[in-house]
Amino acid sequence: MAAAGAGGTAQASDGSGVATEGLPASPQVASEAPAPQAPAPVAEAPAAPPKKPAEPSAEAEEPKQHKESSIAAQSVRVNVQLLENLMTLVGELVLTRNQLLQMVRGRDDSEFKVPLQRLNHITTDVQEGVMKTRMQPIQNAWAKLPRIVRDLALEMDKKIELKMLGGETELDRQVLDLIKDPLTHMVRNSADHGLETTEGRLEAGKPETGVVTLNAYHEGGHIIIEISDDGRGVNIEKVKANILSKELATEAELAEMSDQQITQFIFKPGFSTAEKITSVSGRGVGMDVVRTNIEKIGGNVELTSTPGKGSRFKINIPLTLAIVSALIVESGGERFAIPQIGVLELVRVSDNSENRIETINDVPVLRLRDRLLPLVDLPKLQKLRVEGDIGSEISERYVVVSQVGTFIFGLIVDRVFDTEEIVVKPVAPILRQIPIYSGNTILGDGSVIMILDVNGIASTAGAVDVPRNDAGDDDQEAASSGAERVALLVFRATGSELRAVPLALVSRLEIIEGSRIEFAHGAAMVQYRDRLMPLISTDGSQITDDGQKNLLVFQEGDRAAGLVVEEIVDIVEESLKVELTAEQPGLVGTAVIDGKATDVLDVGHYLTQAFPDWFKATEDERAGEGARKRMLLVDDSPFFRNLMAPLFSVAGYEVITADSADDALRMRDDGAAFDVIISDIEMPGTDGFQFAEHVRSDPRWKDVPMVALSSRASEKDRERGRAVGFDDYVAKFDRNKVLDSLNRDFRREDADVPTEKVA
Amino acid sequence: MTDITARGHTDGQAERATTQLVTLTIADQLFGIPVLSVQDVLAPQPVARVPMAHPVVAGLINLRGRIVTAINMRQRMALPPRDEDAEGMSVVVEYQNELYSLNIDTIGDVVNVPNDKIEANLATLDPLWRGFADGIYRLDEQLLVILDITRLLDLDGAEAA
Repeated sequence: MAAAGAGGTAQASDGSGVATEGLPASPQVASEAPAPQAPAPVAEAPAAPPKKPAEPSAEAEEPKQHKESSIAAQSVRVNVQLLENLMTLVGELVLTRNQLLQMVRGRDDSEFKVPLQRLNHITTDVQEGVMKTRMQPIQNAWAKLPRIVRDLALEMDKKIELKMLGGETELDRQVLDLIKDPLTHMVRNSADHGLETTEGRLEAGKPETGVVTLNAYHEGGHIIIEISDDGRGVNIEKVKANILSKELATEAELAEMSDQQITQFIFKPGFSTAEKITSVSGRGVGMDVVRTNIEKIGGNVELTSTPGKGSRFKINIPLTLAIVSALIVESGGERFAIPQIGVLELVRVSDNSENRIETINDVPVLRLRDRLLPLVDLPKLQKLRVEGDIGSEISERYVVVSQVGTFIFGLIVDRVFDTEEIVVKPVAPILRQIPIYSGNTILGDGSVIMILDVNGIASTAGAVDVPRNDAGDDDQEAASSGAERVALLVFRATGSELRAVPLALVSRLEIIEGSRIEFAHGAAMVQYRDRLMPLISTDGSQITDDGQKNLLVFQEGDRAAGLVVEEIVDIVEESLKVELTAEQPGLVGTAVIDGKATDVLDVGHYLTQAFPDWFKATEDERAGEGARKRMLLVDDSPFFRNLMAPLFSVAGYEVITADSADDALRMRDDGAAFDVIISDIEMPGTDGFQFAEHVRSDPRWKDVPMVALSSRASEKDRERGRAVGFDDYVAKFDRNKVLDSLNRDFRREDADVPTEKVA
Repeated sequence: MTDITARGHTDGQAERATTQLVTLTIADQLFGIPVLSVQDVLAPQPVARVPMAHPVVAGLINLRGRIVTAINMRQRMALPPRDEDAEGMSVVVEYQNELYSLNIDTIGDVVNVPNDKIEANLATLDPLWRGFADGIYRLDEQLLVILDITRLLDLDGAEAA
């Protein structure tokens, strides 16, 4: 800001008349936006760059000055208040437009339709235009930072580099004002607490110069500002000690929290981890103020930290405060608006669908994919509905999945209407202390509605200051331990016992009317996609033709078989460990899924029941390609071996399994030969990558095509896989891909046989 | 708001010290508010409820594009709620640059009240009422309680009282 500020004063001294007009405006601005700042009317921002050459040119020759003045003529200094008024008027215009649109909606023949459409477009353009006049590049708020960091570096005797990316990202002046102080504080914080001393860095084997990076960019109508440092990260132990000494939580509570949750405590009031107070931080103005300021403008901030690697703040703020897109919902007969910035997704829930609200001690939760989503019942929170009558008249409700920092929760509402552009108006003082609202507005139909504040709802609903980020932790866990997570379809077969089958093996789920079931030769079948599809039951009992049936459809080429099940319970993602192998045919074993003992189905068994010649047929089909190919399947998990082996058999391979890489290499030493090797990557001892290196380094199996199966199928892994000699890298359980890959390999091999195959 | 009431008094003094009041009734009791503080008189309006708000807040209404907070006067005065089918009216007043709509039963006339005839609040009056009453004036048939808008809408003070 220093440079721009100087430019501003320089101009003020020579352009006296205009500048004085700007000055009285500043107190008015200040009264609106608490952050005091130099009187910098918006229009000045685009004009700022040409001002630099202006100073030398003042004393320089005529033509240059002429050119300068023509540039100057292209920008006008405008009183900020004028722009504010204009914005308010545009807000009114948008509302009136919405009102008109609502009136002619549904009337196709209205003569107003065409002019209204034009009005609609023009209003949108005017709105955008006025918004643009309020936009300033974020670097205006950053301008002071290099100096602050430089001063800090001198004082702390650290070497600090400040990287600023995306400075040209524009955002609303009002937002800019409000974000400036928190930003400055956070950069100071990163430079002061985040980065180690020079000696500390050298000891940790890092470059002497610490880097603080500011990065701003647009993302879906929001602005993301990231402040990251490559310092020591948040010291969890110190935070814990601090929490205990300030009695913010008990030791027992801490023991149950994840590091991520503990980290969030730094946003609590009066919390500082600085050991000593410096002139820059540790003065009691903590991250809680930062968070409050950011939340005031409808944004949120989250912190992620890796010990020893650094920490990163991510601020998510709306582009503008004045006009926002909001989702209109109904709760207890009243309508409310939720700003889109707080909405991740919408889920429809009803008692008889897959998504159903469950309760734990009256606390509602929803199973959403792989996570348990805590829910807040909006009508109940607002006391718009008396306890107990939930669901009695409403069978279908909606969950608005929202995020506050790293905390994700669902808001139960009764209905969801559409989204509308709303003009946020501040609420009357009497309503200001209610935390769950951030403003109010008038909708197109003229009705007044309250705008919900997701942050406020989260904190009203309960301990959200310490966000739980279960899924995040799970992801990390999965990544670090290499646990293999499989999507499993859990269902109830005939009895009450739970059964599961890997989701990837199921082609489709169908519900059919019992009346469609036909019987031939005593076997049940149904006409399905112009073919007859045999139906099988899990326990071999007779299939009846009453009521509706849930079917799991398995498909192989042209043929499909339907497994009749009682009820489809859930789809869960679990790391699968088969703990008991089953004696019973048709079951692979029993595993704990979602906390319950669940039988895992052997799909191959049922497929042969449906088509006794299933294997044979495929064999015949493949016969043209020669004798059955011999396949070596290397996987440490017996479950995967048992599961994949029948699949490959079905596809026409003779499958030999090995439970470890060493086992497989022993087979090689015994002289076994294979046409293809499929190997898992994550294995104890010799892992898949090493195994491939071993295989490729020995002439015996050097040319055998190898396919890696892994739950980690990122591009990087693929590359590594190729580097060590795998011909292909396929995500585990993507059955069709595996088979595709195999076919391709063989075809290529057939074509390439004469040439040496170097992977 | 104080200044408006004050202005009411000064205007009155200029015209031989009278105050112009708009009379209104709430639960059969006659009240008066300074005529200059009244912005609008409204027929029943659709009200958007505001859950979790202060109990005296009846909701929000749209007054020609401005959002106005509706105050349930009976609740404010600890009076029993109005009969379900009885339609009320509202008077819009301004307080600290915000508009408030006071839900009342009926609106009456404008009366000129000599300032020296306004009597102080009775000591036996309910403290809640003493909080917002600015004095009492004796009409021929009825007693008129003069309302102080500032204190009426200063709900934080009301809560403390």
